[in-house]
Amino acid sequence: MTDNETERRSAAARLFDVRRVIGGLFVVYGAILTLRGLFDSTADLSKAEGLRINLWAGLAMLVFGLLFLAWQWLRPAEAPKADSE
Amino acid sequence: MDPFVVDTLAADGLRLRLDAVDYLLVALYFVTVLGVGFAARRAIRTSVDFFLSGRSLPAWVTGLAFVSANLGALEIIGMAANGAQYGYMTLHYYWIGAVPAMVFLGIVMMPFYYGSKVRSVPEYLRLRFNRPTHLFNAITFAVAQVLIAGVNLFALALVMQALLGWPQWVSIVVGAFIVLSYILLGGLSSAIYNEVLQFFVILAGLIPITVIGLQKVGGFGGLMDAVKGTSLGEAGLHAWSGTGGSDNPLGANWIGIVFGLGFVLSFGYWTTNFAEVQRALSARNMSAARRTPIIAAYPKLLIPVVTVIPGLIALITVQGLGAKEGDLTYNNAIPLLMRDLLPNGVLGVAVTGLLASFMAGMAANVSGFNTVFTYDIWQEYVKKDMPDGYYLRVGRIATVAGVVIGIGTAFIAAGFDNIMNYIQALFALFNAPLFATFIIGMFWKRMTPLAGFLSLAAGSLAALTLYLLYLGDVIKFNSDLEQSFWGAGLAFVTVAIVAAVVTPLTAPKPVEELDGLVYGRAKGMGTEDLLAGDEAWYRNPIALGLFAVALSLLFYIPVW
Repeated sequence: MTDNETERRSAAARLFDVRRVIGGLFVVYGAILTLRGLFDSTADLSKAEGLRINLWAGLAMLVFGLLFLAWQWLRPAEAPKADSE
Repeated sequence: MDPFVVDTLAADGLRLRLDAVDYLLVALYFVTVLGVGFAARRAIRTSVDFFLSGRSLPAWVTGLAFVSANLGALEIIGMAANGAQYGYMTLHYYWIGAVPAMVFLGIVMMPFYYGSKVRSVPEYLRLRFNRPTHLFNAITFAVAQVLIAGVNLFALALVMQALLGWPQWVSIVVGAFIVLSYILLGGLSSAIYNEVLQFFVILAGLIPITVIGLQKVGGFGGLMDAVKGTSLGEAGLHAWSGTGGSDNPLGANWIGIVFGLGFVLSFGYWTTNFAEVQRALSARNMSAARRTPIIAAYPKLLIPVVTVIPGLIALITVQGLGAKEGDLTYNNAIPLLMRDLLPNGVLGVAVTGLLASFMAGMAANVSGFNTVFTYDIWQEYVKKDMPDGYYLRVGRIATVAGVVIGIGTAFIAAGFDNIMNYIQALFALFNAPLFATFIIGMFWKRMTPLAGFLSLAAGSLAALTLYLLYLGDVIKFNSDLEQSFWGAGLAFVTVAIVAAVVTPLTAPKPVEELDGLVYGRAKGMGTEDLLAGDEAWYRNPIALGLFAVALSLLFYIPVW
C-alpha cells in the first residue's frame, strides 16, 4: 500500500458517516412536522390552499430520513484495512 | 451603500410570522451543523485532512457538495427572480449554462487535476506554467473568494432583517460565527458534510413552495395559461424560439447564449473555480473524482423546478411583482411566496433552508480561500518546508482572517442593484481568462510558461478594462448580463491571441516536466486506483456524463 493510500484509508476510518447525520436530522424534522400537521388549524390549511402540507411534508421527511438510516445500516462504509492505523 | 437594495430587502412587508416550532427547527439545524464540526474534528491529523478531507470521500457525497457549493441562497433567490422576469429562458443557466461544463470537467479535465495530485487549481498552473502565473491566480482567487463570502454574508443579513426582523449585525455575527466555527473545527470535511445536509434541507424548504404554488394556480397547465396573460406573455414559455434576434425576454440571441453563457462563462465558472473543483479533489479515487461534477449535473438539471417555476408562480400570484422598488421586486419572489403560502412548520424548514444555503455558500468560499492561501501563497512564497502541523495552524488562522475580511467586504455588495449580476461581473473578470489559459495550456503542450503568464494577465486586464469602461458609461451595453457575456468573450479571445503570439518567441517547458499535466502526456485515466464496484457501467464517468448532456437536450424539447 502506498503512503497516499494509507493516509486516505486512515482519514476515511476516522471520519463519521454523513448518512447518519442526514437520516437523523430528517427523522427529527419529519416527526416534528407530522405532529404539527396533525394539529394544523383551519387558518394553516387555507394558507396552504387546503393541502395538509405539514403532515405530508412531515411524513415524506420521516420516510426519507429512515431510508438514509437504513442505507447506512445495510451498506456500512467499507471497513478500513487493519494495518492502516 | 446603495439605498435601492437596502430599501427593497429591508421593508417590513415581507415579515414572516415564525412560531416556536419554526424556531425549534432553525435551532436544531444550527446545533446539527456545529455538531458536524465537532465530530469532523476527530478526523483531522494532517493538513490534507483539513484542506482536502484526506482525499477520502465517496462520489455521491462530493457530488452533492459540488452542486450545493453552487446552490447558495443568492443563486436560489436570483434564479427565482430571473424566472419571474425572463421566464423559461432562465433554464439556460441550468442546462446549456452548466451541465456541459460540469460533464466536461469530469470527463476531460479531472484526469489532469486529480491525476497530477495537485492540491488546488493554482497549483496546477504552477506545475504547467510558472510561479508568476501561479501567484497571479492564487491572489485573484483569494481576493474573489473573500469578496464573494462578503456578498453572501451581507445578503444573509438583508434577508434575515426583512423576513425575521433581525438587526443586520445579529445575522452577520451569527452567520459568520457558525461558518467560522465549523470550518475551524472540521475543515473541508465539515464544510462538505454540511453542504450535503444543506442540499436536502433547501429542497425540503423549496418543494412545499412549489407544490402549494402549483395547487394555487391550477397545476402546470393553469400556470402556463396564466403566464400567457402576464407582461411576460407567451415569450416567457420558450427557451430558444425567440433567440434569432434579441427580441426576447433575456435580450440575448442564440450566439450569445451558446458561446457567451454556454461556453465561456459556464466553462470558466465550473471548470476552474477552485471552490467547486476542491470538492472533487477530496474524492477517494480518480473514478469518484471524475464522477463528482457529473453526479452534480443531475440535480442541477432538476433544480429549476423549485426555482424557475416558483418565480413564475410568484409572477402570477403576487399582484404587482416586478416593481422597480419596494417589496415587490423580482428578487423578493421566493420570500413573498414563503410569506403567502407556507404555514408554520414548513415555513420553519424553508427559513432554515435559506439560512443553510447562505452559510454553505459562504463556507465554500472560505474553505477554498484558506486552502489557496495556505498551500499556494504562504507555503510557496512566505515560509517553505515547515512541518505539516505548522500549515494546519496557518490554515486555521487564514480561516479566521478570511471570515473577518468577509465581514468587512460585505458592504461592497451594497453598491450594485442586482446581486446575481454583481457576482457574474466577478466571474467574467477572473474566470473567463483563467479558463482560456487552462484549456489552451492543457491541449497545446507547446504553450510556454511565459505565454501562460502573459495571456492570463492580458485576458484579465482586457476583461477588467471593458468592465470599467462599461461602469464609466464609455461603452454601452443593454444590460449587465450582456456586458458579462462580452467581457468573458473578449477575455477568451485575448488569451488565445497572446498565447499564439508569445509561444513561438519563447522557450517551452521540457516535455517530461509536463507528464500528467497536458493532453497526450496523461498518466493513465484512473483505472489504477479503482475500488470494488467502480467498473460497473453506471459508475462509468463517460456514460454518466453523456447521459446527463442528452437529458439536458431532451429537457429543452417541451420548452422550445
